[in-house]
Amino acid sequence: MMKGLKKWRLVTLLAALTIILSGCGEEYLSTLLPAGEVGQDQFNLLLLTTGIMILVMAVVFTIYFIALAKFRRKKLGDSHMPKDVEGSHKLEFIWTAIPILLVIIMAVPTVYYTYKLGDVSAMEATDDEGNAENLVVNVTAKLYWWEFEYPDHGIVTSQELVVPTGEKVYFNLISSDVKHSFWIPAIGGKLDTNVENVNKFYLTFDKESKDLEDGVFYGKCAELCGPSHALMDFKVKTMSPDKFDNWVAAMKETEGATASADSADAGEAAFQQSCLACHAVSAVGTSGASAPNLTTFGDRNRVAGFLEHDKQNTIDWIKDPQKYKPGNLMPAFDSLSDEDLDAIADYLLDLKVEE
Amino acid sequence: MTTVANSVGQKKGFGATLWDWLTTVDHKKIGILYLIGGGFFFVLGGIEAMLIRLQLLIPNNDFVSAGFFNELITMHGTTMIFLAAMPLLFGFMNAIVPLQIGARDVAFPFINSLGFWMFFFGGLFLNLSWFLDAAPDAGWTSYASLSIASTGHGIDFYAIGLQIAGAGTLMAGINFLVTIINMRAPGMTYMRMPLFTWTTFVASALILFAFPPLTIGIFFLTFDRMFGGNFFDHTAGGNTIIWEHIFWIFGHPEVYILILPAFGIFSEIFSVFARKRLFGYSAMVFATVLIGFLGFMVWAHHMFTVGLGPTANAIFAVATMAIAVPTGVKIFNWLLTIWGGSIKITTPMLYALGFIPSFVMGGVTGVQQGAAPLDYQLHDSYFIVAHFHYVIVGGVVLAILAATHYWWPKMFGTMLSEKLGKITFWFFFIGFHMTFFLQHFLGLMGMPRRVWTYMDGQGWNLFNMISTIGAILMAIGVIVLIINIIMTTAKNVRVGNDPWEDGRTLEWAIPSPPPFYNFAQTPLVRGLDTYWIEKQEGHNGYTAAEPVTDIHMPNGSIIPFFMTLGLFIAGFGAMYRVDHSWGLAVLIFGLAFTFLMMALRSIKDDLGYYVTKDQIRRTERGRD
Amino acid sequence: MDLNTKFTPQSWPDHPETATMEAKNKFVGFWLFLGGETVLFATLFATYLALKNSVPDGNEFRTETLFELPLVFVMTMLLLTSSLTSVYAMYHMKNYNFKAMQVWLAITGFLGLGFLALEVYEFNHYIHLGFTFGNSAFSSAFYTLVGTHGLHVAIGLVWLTLLILRNAKRGLNLYNATKYYTFSLYWHFIDVVWVFIFTVVYLMGVVG
Repeated sequence: MMKGLKKWRLVTLLAALTIILSGCGEEYLSTLLPAGEVGQDQFNLLLLTTGIMILVMAVVFTIYFIALAKFRRKKLGDSHMPKDVEGSHKLEFIWTAIPILLVIIMAVPTVYYTYKLGDVSAMEATDDEGNAENLVVNVTAKLYWWEFEYPDHGIVTSQELVVPTGEKVYFNLISSDVKHSFWIPAIGGKLDTNVENVNKFYLTFDKESKDLEDGVFYGKCAELCGPSHALMDFKVKTMSPDKFDNWVAAMKETEGATASADSADAGEAAFQQSCLACHAVSAVGTSGASAPNLTTFGDRNRVAGFLEHDKQNTIDWIKDPQKYKPGNLMPAFDSLSDEDLDAIADYLLDLKVEE
Repeated sequence: MTTVANSVGQKKGFGATLWDWLTTVDHKKIGILYLIGGGFFFVLGGIEAMLIRLQLLIPNNDFVSAGFFNELITMHGTTMIFLAAMPLLFGFMNAIVPLQIGARDVAFPFINSLGFWMFFFGGLFLNLSWFLDAAPDAGWTSYASLSIASTGHGIDFYAIGLQIAGAGTLMAGINFLVTIINMRAPGMTYMRMPLFTWTTFVASALILFAFPPLTIGIFFLTFDRMFGGNFFDHTAGGNTIIWEHIFWIFGHPEVYILILPAFGIFSEIFSVFARKRLFGYSAMVFATVLIGFLGFMVWAHHMFTVGLGPTANAIFAVATMAIAVPTGVKIFNWLLTIWGGSIKITTPMLYALGFIPSFVMGGVTGVQQGAAPLDYQLHDSYFIVAHFHYVIVGGVVLAILAATHYWWPKMFGTMLSEKLGKITFWFFFIGFHMTFFLQHFLGLMGMPRRVWTYMDGQGWNLFNMISTIGAILMAIGVIVLIINIIMTTAKNVRVGNDPWEDGRTLEWAIPSPPPFYNFAQTPLVRGLDTYWIEKQEGHNGYTAAEPVTDIHMPNGSIIPFFMTLGLFIAGFGAMYRVDHSWGLAVLIFGLAFTFLMMALRSIKDDLGYYVTKDQIRRTERGRD
Repeated sequence: MDLNTKFTPQSWPDHPETATMEAKNKFVGFWLFLGGETVLFATLFATYLALKNSVPDGNEFRTETLFELPLVFVMTMLLLTSSLTSVYAMYHMKNYNFKAMQVWLAITGFLGLGFLALEVYEFNHYIHLGFTFGNSAFSSAFYTLVGTHGLHVAIGLVWLTLLILRNAKRGLNLYNATKYYTFSLYWHFIDVVWVFIFTVVYLMGVVG
């Protein structure tokens, strides 16, 4: 009977916690509104530990406040001499044993989820025809942008990760300069991008991003990496597997795309002159570029990962990238004429693969 | 009524006073030096904190630049940990521990002085970076890939400054250990030692085993940056994860080096102001030792997201959670100490009572972060910022403020104003919770730590603003404390041996401040809470273990100051060697100067001097 | 403490190194210091093992080809012997035989000097081969570990020289007995560290 009552109390507490916690934060960014299985597992662990901890705190605070109220010298008189108590073996045992039990209750799911979330054995799995069964994305973190390569499809993009919903997506993470950390709060916990080794993990995306406020989930760099660490954002587009396949196909069609100096489009010509040496406009390729791939620039949600996606910001950025993201590696193109800048911005905003 | 000064000499001029402080080897004076040095750096770190919070007041703020912000967070963390929290605790350890165990000084007075000067010059070196080049900007953790890539001399200042200060800390640690092992008065068995002495003992043992890895780690960093080493350059076979391991093998015990003495301080205060002996003394001692031991087993919980693999993560996760058990034991023993007592709410007690809820909250979030899969979300987010400030501010800083009020009369012979003390407490306490409570939620809402600014529209604006307002309240609290100290010093109302009237340990059995030889006769300890036992039996003072005899005292020395000065100079040489040809000469000169001083110390017989019986009698009589 | 107290082998205490309070403090403090030193070397060993043979592409320096055991074996013998001679010195100190102690300590010093000279030769040889401090992560870790030990030997030799010279006229008393004793502790510690270096770096390096 007592046991049942306690269980019931815990359940109500957890339910109340869920409601309170989910009131916090934005859907596209908050760990409290998980949009994937990994994030959900972690959120459940948060609820469990918070519940237990609130119970512990309730006990401590109750004793604390009663003691404070009852045993004041003001009430007892200045000459009151309390009885000295050396201690109590029984009590010491109780408050050693109960915490041990609570720790075990937390340790079991902790160990279970640690192994579950660390399981990347299916990463290399192939079907009978030798095709990869799971989508693998190679993520390279750079000062201060992100490169996403889809090795099984032979395509590469940057700043916006595009993934299908409802399946495990595996990630290979590395950094090409200093250490960063790859974090999509609403989807699941982070993993560092080290400089010397590839880290592997998976995430599951259960919700399509098109219904979100900006149509994307927010991704963050979570390891101090220099002045513009705060601005090293990326975005995540999640879509149904069908749409994802279409997107991959559209990306593959950009094979060989380039900018021509003789183009009738002044923007393309100027781009060829000033930008093409570093920025590719074809999505077919591998990671390792010195600057973000711009094939999908027009589809994107942000300029440079964090600025409003409009023409003025595009122009401003090209003129003086250091002003917006101090310490990034792009040189300033303030020598370009206003006409050229205007044309380049138009050209860039037209680079799209999504319909 | 004459003062102690009579026995040392008449009123001195400024030069003589300065010389006295530069050469002192008296543990009480060195304690005060630590408080002055640590207090200075505490204010400095506080100003840095205020600038950080002002920058984060509103989204897209450009109050400070991105690069400067990173310097601020790096220096705030480094300053507060190495140059404020630890030295302030050392100040109280120095001033109080020898008194608590009935000793006349620490085991190595000379090394004690050396330790202080190394801390001070190391801190000075680090902070000169603000003026000479750029301050370090890779975070107080200075993770290798970023700290190697960082341009300018900022990180060099970090490496050399911490190397010097860290060596001083190591010396202080060994000194406290030997003092407590060898210099206890007759009858002061280990299980009669006050909890503050016990926690000092365990914290010193942690220093002994945790600081050498830091020394080595910083040497690697120094070699890589200044001498062509390749420890962290992966293109030459190096590995940056080594730095992370070494740093946290030091860094996690460091947390306990800070918090254990804080536990000790609160144990004293609870017992005194509840007028009741500490509940479960032996369990408290055992829990202290256990926490110290486990502190070395959990460093990788700072590295759950590094990719060490599920097995390592699971082991370290469970080990981390285990620390909750002895910590819980402590909390409940404190609660049972005040339970059934006679609680008098003085300023120190107010801090102790504020500590319980604050620290419990910091502790439970620590357990949550111990759950590795959950930590994947919490790591490097504002949640962790909230957590460690709850532990460090809610535990260590509250303890330092409590100790300041509690032991001020013993150290300076005059009481800080209780009224202003309580005003400080409420500003600081409310401001602290306002600043850090909501940061838990900022982290859960996706805000990474160490961000220079944040975009509008991410739902973080309100909480950040409240947080900044809280920080301002904390600053007001500290300002009131400074006013309190100035006013108290100006008024200088003298107090007797036991100004709190409920003192239990030996330090309250002797005058405030104690004479330079502390105890005219070595005390005989007859149980836990020696002075309380004496008072219960109607005695005023302590039972002596020996007749009045001549007391052997150590000589002062300027050598520690000069030894450190040599290292300080050598530091500049090592750093500028890369840019200027004179660097190498300066490096060699500085090191040679230090070695010369060491040789001088070694060659000269320094046997100390004796205070004669007559002098002691005269001093003691003058007091009555 | 009175330095002028004259002792005879009979009145000389059994444990002169811990006969006074200051001596006890130094004794315990030095043991603790060696505890810290152990952690320091443990960190260096761990780093060395992590970076052993970790070199950039195209770099052919490996433990198997680089190290030559005969030289290192001679060094080991020198240092082990010096540890033994320091034991003799301490034996004579306990018997209040100052002259014999000084002589044995001088022998200890010369053996240590021999070790150090061979180490300098060894490092010099490697550097001429191109295996410099900045050659690779492996070389940095190697020189730092072995060099830190070498530095300890050098510091020990300076310490020893000062001890022998400054006390030559004063003779043995309870003030400097601890200094001699802690030096011998230090020397044994250095010796033990070298045994580990010999095993972990050289033997395991050559055997693979």
